[in-house]
Amino acid sequence: MTLAELKPGQMAFVHEVQSKGVEQGFKTRLEAMGFVNGKPICVMRSAWFGGPLQVRVGSTTELAIRRSEANLVFVVIDPSTEN
Amino acid sequence: MSTCHSGAVVKEAPNATKRIGVIGQPNTGKSTFFNRITNANAAVANWPGLTVDLMKAVVKLNQEAVEFVDLPGIYDLNGFTDDEKVVQRFLESFAVNMILVVLNASQIDRQIRMALQVKSLGLPGVVLLNMADEAKRYGVQIKTLELSERLGMPVYPISAKYGTGCQGAIAGITRTLAEQPNTYQVANLVEHLNENPVTEAEMEETLAGAVQMPSLTAKTFTNRIDGVMLHPIFGLPIFFASMFAVFWFIWTVGIPSADPVDAVTGWLQATILEPSLAFLPDIIQDFIINGIWTGFTSILSFLPLVALFFVIMSALEDSGYLSRAAYLMDAFMSKLGLDGRAFVLQMMGFGCNVPAIMGTRVIRSRAMRLLSMLIIPFSLCSARLQVFIFILAAVLPGIHGAIALFLLYIFSFVIAFALSAILSRHKNFKSNEPFVLEIPPYRFPTIKQVLLRVWHEMKHFLGRVTTFVVLGTIVIWFLNNFPPGTEGIDTLAGQLGQFFAPIMEPIGINPYLTVSLIIGFIAKEVQIGALAVIYGLSDDTLGVKISESLTILQGFSYCLFSLLYIPCLTTISTIWGESKSVKFTVFSMIFPLVVAWIVCFIFYQGALLLQA
Repeated sequence: MTLAELKPGQMAFVHEVQSKGVEQGFKTRLEAMGFVNGKPICVMRSAWFGGPLQVRVGSTTELAIRRSEANLVFVVIDPSTEN
Repeated sequence: MSTCHSGAVVKEAPNATKRIGVIGQPNTGKSTFFNRITNANAAVANWPGLTVDLMKAVVKLNQEAVEFVDLPGIYDLNGFTDDEKVVQRFLESFAVNMILVVLNASQIDRQIRMALQVKSLGLPGVVLLNMADEAKRYGVQIKTLELSERLGMPVYPISAKYGTGCQGAIAGITRTLAEQPNTYQVANLVEHLNENPVTEAEMEETLAGAVQMPSLTAKTFTNRIDGVMLHPIFGLPIFFASMFAVFWFIWTVGIPSADPVDAVTGWLQATILEPSLAFLPDIIQDFIINGIWTGFTSILSFLPLVALFFVIMSALEDSGYLSRAAYLMDAFMSKLGLDGRAFVLQMMGFGCNVPAIMGTRVIRSRAMRLLSMLIIPFSLCSARLQVFIFILAAVLPGIHGAIALFLLYIFSFVIAFALSAILSRHKNFKSNEPFVLEIPPYRFPTIKQVLLRVWHEMKHFLGRVTTFVVLGTIVIWFLNNFPPGTEGIDTLAGQLGQFFAPIMEPIGINPYLTVSLIIGFIAKEVQIGALAVIYGLSDDTLGVKISESLTILQGFSYCLFSLLYIPCLTTISTIWGESKSVKFTVFSMIFPLVVAWIVCFIFYQGALLLQA
């Protein structure tokens, strides 16, 4: 599933960032921000009116990402979800 | 062939002065450390072959002169953005003895990549783990000696903001530098990193046992505050309330701040300047006092206001709140073809358009960047504010004037965003730029930090503005005093105003006001001063004259036109410098003129119809 489909508070792990059909450097940028295979990730909140998601990558990096970009990040669910 | 060598290559002739390149991700406090080590002595320097200027400074380390170069903050040495290309080109064109890598200690789990890339390139380096105090609060544990061994580079935890560990780090840098007689230039940087990429496995290996990151579900103090600030229902209202509070503060503190300054400059003029020039011929005295001195006093009089804006914006940015603002406004901004950061830039434009225009550098998509640069000048900057306060005080005194001013602020936003919504459909301004923005923890800015930033901003502001303001006052002096012996409508100024009367009358703007608008094009700070000169009155009696000769509608139409019509020359030169396109710069001048005329026409004629 994609990052955009995660519910707030749901823990998951980054699988991969799609690079096909996206501007050059998008994947590199996301990797530098922590979106690498196996990295824990969770959605903290989503803004109203289709606004961006606030996402925590690892334990100390938080960022805002639009849903359209979040749809390019594939994640796998940790079976032991919490919150 | 081109790929026979890649990575760092020892140069045969070492640098005369040792050079250290400082790299790091954005928002790691790299510049704070740079300022610390160079004692804020750095100057912007041009580097042949690079498209941007870089800060550099020469520092004495152990009796030796060492050059530090502040390279742009980048996410990845192997990246594709303009800034990343600058760093790549720098390392390939200029030899360094060593690289200083500044990392955010709390985010070492991902930022270690940069140190490993430097290692992969074979460049000698020193790693600074900045914001170590914050890392401790997060619960990040780092064994610096072990990390240092694995990287093959010395590692120093510091806090550039508070100074902790900096002396030790500088001593360490000095020691390491002493062991680096060679200088290195990188060949084929991108290729080398493509063939020898830093893998996740390598990062994990480097960190395992040396770094412990805190729990994934830790709820920090910042998270608690964000529970309110980014609340789905309360977040936006809180944001708007805080914006309103800022403007209210500007209104009550910033605007009256001009009075003491005016009192001082007025006293200086009367007691020192005028007597000392009394021996000169009248026309020269007049030129110096009303041509040049008036220009300076106009700038001085509203410096406190601009400084206040810069203080507030710097504090907001350093605290981390502006990232939240961008997050909250992004849903709305994306419908206008822009993103949340463009909203923050628009807000910055209310102090002065110029730093906001320069701030568009963070927008990588050229289409979106141009669109943002086009609408920023519709922000009600502090220079325009001066014009409105004066005119509204004359034609709409009291509470009505305050309401009219508030309406002008609202209108500034509305027109900027409406135009953006329309223009973003055009192919030149259409963009699909991804929106990914780091949200830092809340930080309490130190007074020193904010004042230092404001000092730099004000220095740049004065440098830019002085030229055009003085030019503006000279021009108006000239237009008003020639042909010699003429008054009012017969001077060059009056004739110029009359020339435009056919198009300005229908929007309620008389020839004298028209000339002030022409001067306002040069610099808006002297727009009202120009009006005083043309009417042949002092600023005090001008107010009375305005209230007698302008109707409320005419006054407001003049304000509306002043708000929209054209950016000042300083802004235009900045637009040109940033866009590097003559065509776009010309468009950014003509487009607002047309918009201003149409809007004022609708307002003035519409209001007249309603009155009748």
